[in-house]
Amino acid sequence: MKNLQNLDIKSLEEHARIIRRHVIRMIAKAGSGHPGSSLSAVDLLVALFYNKLRHNPRLPKWSDRDRFILSKGHGCPALYAVLAEQGYFPVEKLDTLRQFGSTLQGHPCMKTTPGIEISGGSLGQGLSVGLGIALAARLDKKDYRTYVMLGDGELEEGQVWEAAMAASHYNVDNLCAIIDQNDLQIDGFIHEVMSSHPIPDKWRGFGWHTIEIDGHDYPSIIKAYDDAGEVKGRPTVIIAKTIKGKGVSFMENQVDWHGKAPTKEETERALVELNG
Amino acid sequence: MTEMIATRQAYGEALVELGEQNKDIVVLDADLSKSTTTAKFGKKFPERFFNMGVAEANMMNTAAGLAACGKVAFVSSFSIFATGRAWEQIRNTVCYSGLNVKIVATHSGVSVGPDGASHQCIEDLSLMQVIPTMTVIEPCDAIETKKAVTAATRYQGPLYIRLGRAAVPVITRREDPFVIGKANILRTGRDVAIIACGALVANALTAAEVLSKDGIEATVVNMHTIKPLDKETLLQVVKQVNAVVTAEQHVLDCGLGSIVASVLSRNYPVPIEMIGIDNRFGQSGEPDILFKEYHLLPEDIIRAAKKAVGRKKQ
Repeated sequence: MKNLQNLDIKSLEEHARIIRRHVIRMIAKAGSGHPGSSLSAVDLLVALFYNKLRHNPRLPKWSDRDRFILSKGHGCPALYAVLAEQGYFPVEKLDTLRQFGSTLQGHPCMKTTPGIEISGGSLGQGLSVGLGIALAARLDKKDYRTYVMLGDGELEEGQVWEAAMAASHYNVDNLCAIIDQNDLQIDGFIHEVMSSHPIPDKWRGFGWHTIEIDGHDYPSIIKAYDDAGEVKGRPTVIIAKTIKGKGVSFMENQVDWHGKAPTKEETERALVELNG
Repeated sequence: MTEMIATRQAYGEALVELGEQNKDIVVLDADLSKSTTTAKFGKKFPERFFNMGVAEANMMNTAAGLAACGKVAFVSSFSIFATGRAWEQIRNTVCYSGLNVKIVATHSGVSVGPDGASHQCIEDLSLMQVIPTMTVIEPCDAIETKKAVTAATRYQGPLYIRLGRAAVPVITRREDPFVIGKANILRTGRDVAIIACGALVANALTAAEVLSKDGIEATVVNMHTIKPLDKETLLQVVKQVNAVVTAEQHVLDCGLGSIVASVLSRNYPVPIEMIGIDNRFGQSGEPDILFKEYHLLPEDIIRAAKKAVGRKKQ
């Protein structure tokens, strides 16, 4: 059972534009959230969910599905929008983000949202969970793959490197980490707050197959996902350079857009830009 | 003479037996598998045993990932590292997600002995019981440990079992019942109820025998499940005696005594005395010396029982 749509680049870009519009509208309606971190991840998510992931939105618990974990859980508006557009739940639900009683919590909650594999939001924890899932697949002789998306600020958490060491030790080639490297964290640029550079050297040092790409270039993203699937005997990390706030000019590369909602006027400006 | 076995020894044996029956059981340890005795499982079922090195946070979430795929994931280390170092992983990933992870930690309490305060976890009951949805168990001997581990395997959801390093007397029998959340009444008396868990249950029984010679008849309750607390049995027992002593190898803050006091103060206030560690760290020394230093002996329980009975008459 596959849901691979194998869309062309133009279609993927069109879907990404729709997702970005959802992100802006959702966060504006909620009055809070993380637009910058959501927008930087959109192209990586769209390429994965629309063209690569083996999944079935009508059967979110299908045992042979590929797994995706958003370890940088604050970027969940982008993931919720992708899940809704893919049919995991009605698109109208996106309007309830962060509201009391909503299935769409401020950070991912597996108990309320179909398609969320693990509850998260506390940085540094997702890659370890992905390792556990990858080990379970091996025990069960299943061929599904596990993808974990982390932020580059998140790499400051020591647990990420515990997981990197262990995944390499256990040779889990069914595990793929994706770094959304937008170069910003809450308090400023990564190199100003706490440098996690040089990022590729660190992962290579931990024994991972390391791929570096432009995280907004669809041919590169798709090739990276395909190449990761071919690597045997060790895990793969895709380090994707991205732009925080990508797609909305006044949000791009602006640290202040990490965690605030746009005003009515800003929302209108953003949606005009995203009309393509 | 009473047989002496460490609860951690029973754990390793139970895992091997259960691993034979249930192929979904996996075990993770953080480089302490000889001490926690999970190495026994690792030797028998190497493909289902994961030594995660000295990295408890990663171990806890790797267990969460395995549990998310239908495994019954047992995670072991010393109590201080399992519940302290990995607390937020337990809270935010294991419990919030409601995953089937069984944290079985050894080396709790001052009975760890010579390793000293850094390795004597006297806060784990607090750390675990405070997390929503967590179940917390401290068996009193080797036989009860096997039953607790078996029950944990059948139980769906996150669960913590507190075990010890030192050998403790075997005081329960194979035919005794063990139900999670159902306290066992070991002895009944008319004057005072001693509510104990873990290694303090044996001391409570010894204390009750001495008290009886002094004309004080004590009920002894083995409160093996600290959370959810068996309020029904607690209230039923306390209403017969109107005085209580709690006993645990743990800090007095937010341990068994605090939880019992909380239930009683809201439902049936009676005089309560508490045996436990009062705002101090442990230290090096043999367990029996430390039990004396930290007032965890039968004589301490006897003194507390007499005080509770005395307060009742005031």
